[in-house]
Amino acid sequence: MHIPDGFLSPAILAATGAASAGGVYWMSRRAQGEIEESRAPLLGVMGAFVFAAQMINFPVGAGTTGHLLGGALLAFTLGPAPAVVTMTAILAVQALVFQDGGVLALGANVFNMAIAGVLGGYLLYRLLGGSRSRGIAVFTGASASVMVCAVLALAELRLSGVPMPPALLGVSMGLFAVNAVLEGAVTVGVIQALARLNPGFVKESAAPLRRPVLAAVALAAVFLASVGVWFASEAPDGLESLADKLGIGGRARAILAAPLPGYDAAWFGNAAVNKAVAGVLGAGLAFAAVLLLGRILFRKKAA
Amino acid sequence: MTDPVVQVAGLRYRYPDGTLALDGVDFRLEKGETVAVLGPNGSGKSTFVLHLNGLLQGEGTVSVCGMRIGHETLTPVRRKVGLVFQDPDEQLFMPSVLEDVAFGLLNSGLKPEEALPKARHFLRLVGMDHAGEKAPYHLSGGEKQRVAIAGVLAMQPEILVLDEPTTFLDPPGQRDLLALLRSLPQAMIVVTHNTLFAESLAARAVFFERGKIVGEGTPRELLDCFNWSLPGPSRGQPPPAAGSSGQSRL
Amino acid sequence: MHHVVLERWSRGTSIIHRRDPRAKIIALVAFLAAVATTPDSCAPFRLPAYAALPLAAILAARLPLGGVAARAAVVLPFCGVFVVFSLVAGETQRAAALLEKSYLSALAALAVAATTPVARFLAGLEALGAPRFLLWVIQFLHRYLFVTSEQAQHMRQAAASRGAGGGFRFRSWRLRAASSAIAVLFARSYRRAEATYRAMLSRGFQGRIQLLYELSPDWGDALLVVLGIAVSIGLRVAMVLPA
Ligand SMILES: Nc1ncnc2c1ncn2[C@@H]1O[C@H](COP(=O)(O)OP(=O)(O)OP(=O)(O)O)[C@@H](O)[C@H]1O
Ligand SMILES: [Mg+2]
Repeated sequence: MHIPDGFLSPAILAATGAASAGGVYWMSRRAQGEIEESRAPLLGVMGAFVFAAQMINFPVGAGTTGHLLGGALLAFTLGPAPAVVTMTAILAVQALVFQDGGVLALGANVFNMAIAGVLGGYLLYRLLGGSRSRGIAVFTGASASVMVCAVLALAELRLSGVPMPPALLGVSMGLFAVNAVLEGAVTVGVIQALARLNPGFVKESAAPLRRPVLAAVALAAVFLASVGVWFASEAPDGLESLADKLGIGGRARAILAAPLPGYDAAWFGNAAVNKAVAGVLGAGLAFAAVLLLGRILFRKKAA
Repeated sequence: MTDPVVQVAGLRYRYPDGTLALDGVDFRLEKGETVAVLGPNGSGKSTFVLHLNGLLQGEGTVSVCGMRIGHETLTPVRRKVGLVFQDPDEQLFMPSVLEDVAFGLLNSGLKPEEALPKARHFLRLVGMDHAGEKAPYHLSGGEKQRVAIAGVLAMQPEILVLDEPTTFLDPPGQRDLLALLRSLPQAMIVVTHNTLFAESLAARAVFFERGKIVGEGTPRELLDCFNWSLPGPSRGQPPPAAGSSGQSRL
Repeated sequence: MHHVVLERWSRGTSIIHRRDPRAKIIALVAFLAAVATTPDSCAPFRLPAYAALPLAAILAARLPLGGVAARAAVVLPFCGVFVVFSLVAGETQRAAALLEKSYLSALAALAVAATTPVARFLAGLEALGAPRFLLWVIQFLHRYLFVTSEQAQHMRQAAASRGAGGGFRFRSWRLRAASSAIAVLFARSYRRAEATYRAMLSRGFQGRIQLLYELSPDWGDALLVVLGIAVSIGLRVAMVLPA
């Protein structure tokens, strides 16, 4: 899911870059402020840990293997802001040292994997944390973090004009879903083992959020902003009908039409500009949602 | 007799997971003296050493040069006590060897142009001046250990504490380290499983067991008393190599 | 290992290696921006002209051209997927554009990464205003990457030597074994982080790391910035000139 350079349009690059710069700046201030000073080495070493953990392959079936992404695991153990910073550091090293993901595209990759993925997963974890079983919260949060990354990345690529034939897209979504389930299962396994080793490792999720409704709305916004922008752009017919069948497409278009009147009409007279504007707004919307969500989480913590 | 440079009384420490690692330790170190710390794995030696510099703070008192370790005295105490860790990977965290040796110097307020020549000097002292630009992870275990020692020596502490400094060193490296340590004027505490090294370096030794000091004397006396040496070479087998930590009990 | 080669390359002393990291970063961004804004219609015949800039840098840095070119190919698998997508959708030109743009960008990024040691790169980013805390985390991450990966490797070997591994069939116990291996790796890393922090404290660390790299830009750096931007813009304009 590391998007290389050369794929994203300038508008998407600018939007995700700005969103990530702001988000990471804010999160790194947070991480620095809220936890003890010892955390720079801790976050760095845990980043190295995620790298190493990614080397441990899991059989997926049909001769393929998957591996942990680790963003959710970090969020459940270190907390959301440190996890965002650590994932950002990982992506930066992957781009600089391993040419895994582009340099300009780093903004997009950070936005997808370090910000939206981590915070989305963490939010679900916290939302479900009140329920009996921690396993469900962990599984859902970790799976969601992968799906959020994947959907955002595909949406950004699609908005940049990269063609996605429905059949092939279906196959990739299937693979992502398998990966998401795997991430969930492995994260549950690791969290359980960690809790046995030292219960202090795992951040307690039992405390329900103070404003779950608001948080749920924020989460829905992240999903719909990403999925919606994508579907609302000229998605391939097959996909659109699929979306309609699922009842997503219509809703997504409706939601998009509200803040963006005349989206389908030639507002700027040019389809490419339209797409770009939608991309910027979509990314901005998702980012605002994430910010809002973070704010809620952190206020809860400070209280 | 002058005041001791290190004085420890009734030190107890329990790790957060419940392990009682130190269970009433009394200890003193005189000016210019070298003491070897012996004892089986897990007896609390490393835990003890971490207290000498305020990195862990248990019950009881630890005083360094007359200062009782507490929140306000941490900075001066850390300047006086130089600690070389058991695992050199934990200590070498800067991107290059030279920067790592200079790390402490820069923290003590030196300018880079003052710190660099000094760092180079101490690298030369441990025979690593050729590797200044290298990244620590490209070094062998013994090389890492030498650099870690240089990084602490560079700060010119009054008291040197070394936790198993010979683990990764080859016999010539151990000999060089021995000569280097002997030439230093500082008071020293050396934790080691290397009996030959302890005997050649220290006139006095203490023996840890289950978080307590259970014996004190010359290294030879303790090694005999606790049956701490390997048997002599047996027929057809080469004598065991000195300096492999942790193997001496097996 | 992968990053060890890069590390070795980056310790060279060529005219490119000696440039201020900020100058290289600015030139790189200018180049990448030029490539990113080039219309797909310039593929497949015009786009390759961009290669002139990274190739010049690689040659001036006396890096092995073949080795660098091969490394830049790590983007190809990802590209391959979307090239297939584009071909299936009948957009041949876009397929070519994706391929060329991503490869050229990777080549340029590599030309900078292979001539700038990570510590200098970070010093440059700091001077350009990146958050210090994040750079610190990156520094530690890079430092312990090798140590931790080696640990993981050893655990894998130890598990294999006790008969784990084998076929590809999904088995829940194997998932569990791998999960606990990761948990152990986590706990060890956590402990190492604490120990490292202690080692820093014991050498007088008070919350601020001093970097040894004093950046002192000279005329060569200014020239690199000007050249990098001018050539990038020049190529970008030339791309859309009528033939
Ligand atoms: N961070 C920790 N958390 C919990 N227990 C610990 C921790 N560090 C050490 N211990 C425990 O404390 C006891 C003393 O450990 P210590 O490292 O001081 O032993 P040591 O004498 O240095 O051993 P060795 O010769 O193997 O280096 C051991 O039982 C060990 O398992
Ligand atoms: Mg020890």
